[in-house]
Amino acid sequence: MEWIQQLINGISLGSIYALIALGYTMVYGIIKLINFAHGDVFMVGSFIGFYSITVFGLGFFPALILSMAACALFGVIIERIAYKRLRNATRIAALITAIGVSLLIEYGVIYIRGAQPEAYPDVFSNRSFAFLGAQISIQSILILSVSVVLMILLQFIVHKTKTGKAMRAVSHDTEAAKLMGINVDNTISATFAIGSALAGAAGVIFGIYYTKIDPLMGVIPGVKAFVAAVLGGIGIIPGAMVGGLVLGVVETIVSALGFSLWRDAAAFVILILILIFRPSGIFGKNTREKV
Amino acid sequence: MKKSKFASLFLSSSLLIGILAGCGAEEGSSSEGGDTIKIGANLELSGATASYGTSEADAIDLAVEEINDAGGIDGKKIELIKVDNKSDAAEATNAAIKLTSQDKVTAIIGAATSGNSVAQVQIATDTKTPMISPSGTSTTVTVGDDGKVNPFTFRTAFIDPFQGTVAANFAANELKVKTAAVYADNASDYAKGLAASFIKDFEAAGGKIVAEESYVAKDTDFRSTLTNIKSSNPEFIFIPGYYEEVGLIVKQARELGITVPLMGADGWDSPTLVDLAGADALNNSFIITAFSSEDPDGKAKDFSEKFKEKYGKDPNSFNALGYDTVYLLKDAIERAGSTDGTKIKEAIEATDQLELVTGLYSVDENHHPIKSAVIIEYVDGAQVFKTKVNP
Amino acid sequence: MKKSKQFWLFIIAAVLVYTVVQIFIANGMMNQFYSNTLIFIAINIILAVSLHLVIGITGQFSIGHAGFLAVGAYMSAIVTMKLDLPFIVGIIVGGIVAALAGLIVGIPSLRLKGDYLAIATLGFAEIIRIVFLNIDYVGGAAGMQVSHLTTWTYAFVCLVITIIVIVNFTNSRHGIASISVRENEIASDAMGINTTYYKVAAFAIGSFFAGVAGALYSHNFYIIQPSQFGFLKSFDILIFVVLGGLGSLSGAVLSAILLTVVSTYLQGYPETRMIIYSLVLILVMLYRPKGLMGTMEITDYFKLWRTPKGGDQHGK
Repeated sequence: MEWIQQLINGISLGSIYALIALGYTMVYGIIKLINFAHGDVFMVGSFIGFYSITVFGLGFFPALILSMAACALFGVIIERIAYKRLRNATRIAALITAIGVSLLIEYGVIYIRGAQPEAYPDVFSNRSFAFLGAQISIQSILILSVSVVLMILLQFIVHKTKTGKAMRAVSHDTEAAKLMGINVDNTISATFAIGSALAGAAGVIFGIYYTKIDPLMGVIPGVKAFVAAVLGGIGIIPGAMVGGLVLGVVETIVSALGFSLWRDAAAFVILILILIFRPSGIFGKNTREKV
Repeated sequence: MKKSKFASLFLSSSLLIGILAGCGAEEGSSSEGGDTIKIGANLELSGATASYGTSEADAIDLAVEEINDAGGIDGKKIELIKVDNKSDAAEATNAAIKLTSQDKVTAIIGAATSGNSVAQVQIATDTKTPMISPSGTSTTVTVGDDGKVNPFTFRTAFIDPFQGTVAANFAANELKVKTAAVYADNASDYAKGLAASFIKDFEAAGGKIVAEESYVAKDTDFRSTLTNIKSSNPEFIFIPGYYEEVGLIVKQARELGITVPLMGADGWDSPTLVDLAGADALNNSFIITAFSSEDPDGKAKDFSEKFKEKYGKDPNSFNALGYDTVYLLKDAIERAGSTDGTKIKEAIEATDQLELVTGLYSVDENHHPIKSAVIIEYVDGAQVFKTKVNP
Repeated sequence: MKKSKQFWLFIIAAVLVYTVVQIFIANGMMNQFYSNTLIFIAINIILAVSLHLVIGITGQFSIGHAGFLAVGAYMSAIVTMKLDLPFIVGIIVGGIVAALAGLIVGIPSLRLKGDYLAIATLGFAEIIRIVFLNIDYVGGAAGMQVSHLTTWTYAFVCLVITIIVIVNFTNSRHGIASISVRENEIASDAMGINTTYYKVAAFAIGSFFAGVAGALYSHNFYIIQPSQFGFLKSFDILIFVVLGGLGSLSGAVLSAILLTVVSTYLQGYPETRMIIYSLVLILVMLYRPKGLMGTMEITDYFKLWRTPKGGDQHGK
């Protein structure tokens, strides 16, 4: 019975990683940039959700949507100001800029509101029920369903809409897409908007599930989500989802076996093993479908 | 050539900054011995533990403002020089060196964490500058690895293994539990020390430790370890650590259906704990502390009100410790009647039953504070006085 | 003939700088704050120059340099504090063990390129940090106290040796080969250059000096904790190299000096320090993506003054 409980713990953690990883994977797929600031967009989303619940008294869903919208805008602004000029720059210049943007967001938030943590209000009842001997809280069910809905929505956007088609085209071949009359700039902005919106949603969900948020909260989940994206095969949307879930479950198992202090190392060991033995990730080549 | 222009700009700016740094220094040293008492604050204002450092900085500002408004120390105003150590021991050393050799401060307050405090001990000793860490809880802050007391280093916070003993006795005698689990913060000597003394005394009282787990500060997910603890069926869980993580542990434990009493020490004490864990989840949990923001009487209430007025929020225990540190120093400087480091140090050593926000304060021969401990129970988010234990 | 003249000029300049500073320190004209800042600058220059060899010369994108710093710091601290051996042994052991760690990281790097390599090195550095976190022998998360043994003499001698070794490596046949790996790996492979060998060599040498810097670092700051060697530290070192100009040794040295001084100077303005730091980083990358000095060396500028058409191309 304990294992069912651990599995549920792992999946809940993993679905948050997956939501962040989606943004990484989409951005990397389209402009080959490790967007280090993505974890900080997640943090900003979490704070927007927090303030809209506590200050404006919104409920969970309005707060979630507001936070997603604000993050989408924020993502586009970051892209237009910082990354757009770098499309033809070297990888290292792009990466350093991303690190710079990440630090700027973190310390900008600290400058505005201080470094102290904030406790997310309880928007759902804390009740939990027993299922096969495991305790499942209503929160984790809601969180899981929100994540699943968002992922389905994303699949729909990518596969069934014009924007999604343009995104796929640009990630395959930017030049050819341009020749076909696709507005590459707008498509890239759309990618940032969608990825950042998902990070914003992950931020709100994280806040509700883990309660504590602070300006540096995005650093570790950001890196972990990147590991998840690589694990699933970077650039591949279902890969990011599976990668996130796998990472969450693995971390939980490592803790459950009594090695909680080694948990972070587990993520990086997986990362290195994957990079060395299967750099294209679990969903590698065969189903290559980049966005 | 464009390139060479940039480079010469680069070169000249580095030169310029070097010169500026030099000038800044001269100004600093020329204004010494005036009508002010310079006190340095070497705190974590950015970086991983910035929340502790900034909490203390806020309260230190408040205390200094109050003292200066009331005429200062022996008619001299306090000049507070705050430096950021980026939550990094190397930077803490640098900052301490800057404060002692550059600003020539009378005393140093800080750092908030043990590691960054230890990083400045040697400098405090070498320059004979008294240094008080508000919340450095590791014994190594005041007592070196060789067992010798660091002569110029003091602390405001509790460290006592005494707290672990109090908790063990409380669990065994008052709650009458036979089995207990320990879930400690592995990143702090404070938590590890508490865990060790709890285990020793609880076993001495006939109890059995059924699970011993640890976490690292800044973790957010404790569910898997808590699931492990739950499966070992303890009647009581001792969780030494700080409120930022403990709040989450308590919440996640209750969500997993762990209903047994939880207990911790002064590191729990903060209004944020109630926000993080939720009032319901905190029921049936106990803490050992010396200060409570909900304490109805005297200094603590006064401080809470003033703090709330200035910053618009309730103070936490880091705020209280930062505030107390300034008054501890003020008291010592007044009694020393001088700004000489050695005299102040002797005055701090002689501190006896000084009334502070976090209780009556005395110093023992190892430069640890002697404070009486209060056991408090959380009832629907409010702290309810349970019992008082004297050292 | 010309090379050796340059070499001796460098040695004379180094001896001069050392003597002047040492005189200042010895007769108390320079207080502990300045001498400590100088030691810190020297350590940062060693770190910057060692990473410059890996990124700037060989073109291997490593963002986990703090891991090697940690290895050097801990190993040397064990040697001096636990085994009671002299500091010089600690420095050498720190360097050698870090070099071994560099070999271990360098070998998988053969399969990886660009961003993937960057992330792998970041992962390795984090693993190294977590390993130290879990070893109670070195104090675990709470850290390990270390005596203050680093002096200006130690720091400066290590700095000079580092620069001489890396400059000589760069100007040697091996250095030229490494640069060819940076410019085009496939082409240099086709030219018969053993790219694997040069990549691993660069990692090992770079890590050795990072380990030496780690030894100086741990014995300068009284305490070492795993949290000091997180990826922010790696980014700090990376920024020295990138800001100065990828491929420019003097650029790395200058930006290490500049940033250490700026960061020390801004200690009193914590709220703005990181913001300024990050803004500078972004602006430089947006407007000078090759860093402030590109691949130029400071000596190139002197030559430019004399012969406006540009002198010899060394270091490019």
